Amino acid sequence: MTNVLVCIKRVVDSSSEVVLTDDGQAVDGRFAGFTMSAHEECAVELAVQIAAATGGAATVLTLGDADATEQLRSALAVGCTAAVHIVADSQTFGPADVAREIAVVARDHDLVLLGNDAADSGDFQVGIRLAYELGRPVVNGVTNVVVEDGVAVASGAGPDGHETYRVPLPAVVTILEGGVEPRYPTVPGRMKAKKVAIEERTPSAAPAGPARVRLLLPPPAPSNVQILGKGADAAPAVVDLFEQLGVLAR
Amino acid sequence: MILVLVETSPSREAVEVSREAVTFARSLSDSGGGVPVDAVVVGAASEALVATLASYGVRQVHVLEGDAFAAFSGAAWASGILAVRASAGSVVVMAAGTPRGNEVMAHVAARAGVAMAANVLSFSGLSPFVVTRQVVGGSALEEMRLSDRPAVFTVAGHAVEASPAAAPGPGEVVTHTPDVDAADLVARVVSSEEPEPDLSGTLTSARVVVGAGRGAGSSDGFADLLELTELVGGSLGVSRVVTSLGWRPHHEQVGQTGSRISPDLYIPCGISGAIQHWAGCSTAKNILAINTDPDAPMVTKATYAVIGDLHEVVPAINEEIRRRRSAG
Ligand SMILES: Cc1cc2nc3c(=O)[nH]c(=O)nc-3n(C[C@H](O)[C@H](O)[C@H](O)COP(=O)(O)OP(=O)(O)OC[C@H]3O[C@@H](n4cnc5c(N)ncnc54)[C@H](O)[C@@H]3O)c2cc1C
Ligand SMILES: Nc1ncnc2c1ncn2[C@@H]1O[C@H](COP(=O)(O)O)[C@@H](O)[C@H]1O
Repeated sequence: MTNVLVCIKRVVDSSSEVVLTDDGQAVDGRFAGFTMSAHEECAVELAVQIAAATGGAATVLTLGDADATEQLRSALAVGCTAAVHIVADSQTFGPADVAREIAVVARDHDLVLLGNDAADSGDFQVGIRLAYELGRPVVNGVTNVVVEDGVAVASGAGPDGHETYRVPLPAVVTILEGGVEPRYPTVPGRMKAKKVAIEERTPSAAPAGPARVRLLLPPPAPSNVQILGKGADAAPAVVDLFEQLGVLAR
Repeated sequence: MILVLVETSPSREAVEVSREAVTFARSLSDSGGGVPVDAVVVGAASEALVATLASYGVRQVHVLEGDAFAAFSGAAWASGILAVRASAGSVVVMAAGTPRGNEVMAHVAARAGVAMAANVLSFSGLSPFVVTRQVVGGSALEEMRLSDRPAVFTVAGHAVEASPAAAPGPGEVVTHTPDVDAADLVARVVSSEEPEPDLSGTLTSARVVVGAGRGAGSSDGFADLLELTELVGGSLGVSRVVTSLGWRPHHEQVGQTGSRISPDLYIPCGISGAIQHWAGCSTAKNILAINTDPDAPMVTKATYAVIGDLHEVVPAINEEIRRRRSAG
């Protein structure tokens, strides 16, 4: 029976244009909407699979403002059965602050799954800091985890090939997307998610904060594109270009 | 002293991004009055590796040896690096922004109780030490203050160009076999298998990559694109939309969470050019975008473009190649 805690972060959907807030401290989500990172979607899927395979439970956690219940509900809709909401402005929490707050809840869980990096702040460290807070081993950046006889078997791509780790529980594992296909919520899943009572908590301590001075947008690159034509009529110009670049296989 | 973790390839050479990190460290050293730059290497360092690092201006090459370093463990590497730091008194500990580099630096920072900045592009001042780093997958930048010592950070890939120093450093080898706590070896690689040779390998080394995005329309929309791929002797690369919809396998994905390609020619068809996709193809020498939207970021960033429906343009290109072949 493995009790899994999976940590997700509500972030601005940055797949289209990124706009900053006036104070330059955050990405403005008023127009783009919010989501969680793909790594975390895969971590949720793995948490649900491990809970099902071991007869345990998958709990989802976030530290975020009141609206972050939206992301908790989406994890509940795909199979998490409990949710913890540390209500706070995540922008004012640095990675060490977030790790400390997760640790308060995580002590009761056998396995904590996180994303490898958050889609907005991209600090690449909350999971590792959490492991030190808890005094537990951490495997970082894997695409798959299963639990066999109280051991987390985690694997993913390394610089020299496909790597496997075997760590006794309790442990922390951070996930990269690509190993599992997150499931889509079903209508009954969504209905069930609405009924789950979310445990609300306040942070255990005041945050030291991120060491952020401000956010900036990179300058737009000047366009030097040469338009070769429109539609099918452009084909001869394209093939001329292929010949000029010497890329045609003969 | 500035301490740089240098990662090695299977043939035990310093990987390019690590040489970039050493180059970055040198510019930091220059503006800091010439503090020496040292490298730390895990596992035996060949003479060739030491010679390369010396040519990059490195003073000492610290080599971490012993059973604790036989297989990768982020905690063990960090413990070894902190042992080197203690003996040499480094004020900066840094690495390349690779998966390993970010992981090991996060361990170093957590153990030392200091901040860590991932994917730094540049620095703008020494006191206070302020770095600019990539956030939101590269769509935004963050200025961050690193007031702790050691200052711990990683350098984003291609933030600077790897270049040897004007005058080589001594490159003196110092071997360390620090004691590593058993707890730091619990999460350790227990097996590593050779990568599948034919998956993303050909994609990352292909001279020509044909790209396909949502514009392909469905899993049945790839026939012409695959024919073009064959006619140019290239590989197919796709956007994340294509893999998440299950139209093509994940190993074909190009981008921040896929492969990074640098072909002579990339031909993205029906790909908008979101920053996370761009992160994987920005180093292509030439880009020919095929897109219905003349304002798509991929079109404005490309070298060449054809405006139109890929389902009309691509078959016409294939036809033209076949026509010229039979004529020639
Ligand atoms: C943390 C994170 C990581 C990510 N990692 C990656 C990654 O590694 N790789 C990646 O690709 N994406 C990644 N993404 C997703 C990325 O933000 C975009 O959503 C994705 O790249 C868009 O794919 P697309 O260009 O195929 O689709 P769209 O953005 O929908 O664009 C489709 C394009 O096709 C054009 N088009 C439509 N029909 C036709 C037609 N018939 N002929 C020609 N053109 C047509 C349209 O004009 C448009 O420009 C990531 C996102 C996040 C948040
Ligand atoms: N505010 C948060 N609430 C819950 N989990 C978080 C939060 N911030 C970060 N995480 C988790 O830590 C991972 C790594 O984040 P980071 O170190 O900030 O890049 C994310 O993918 C999440 O799983």
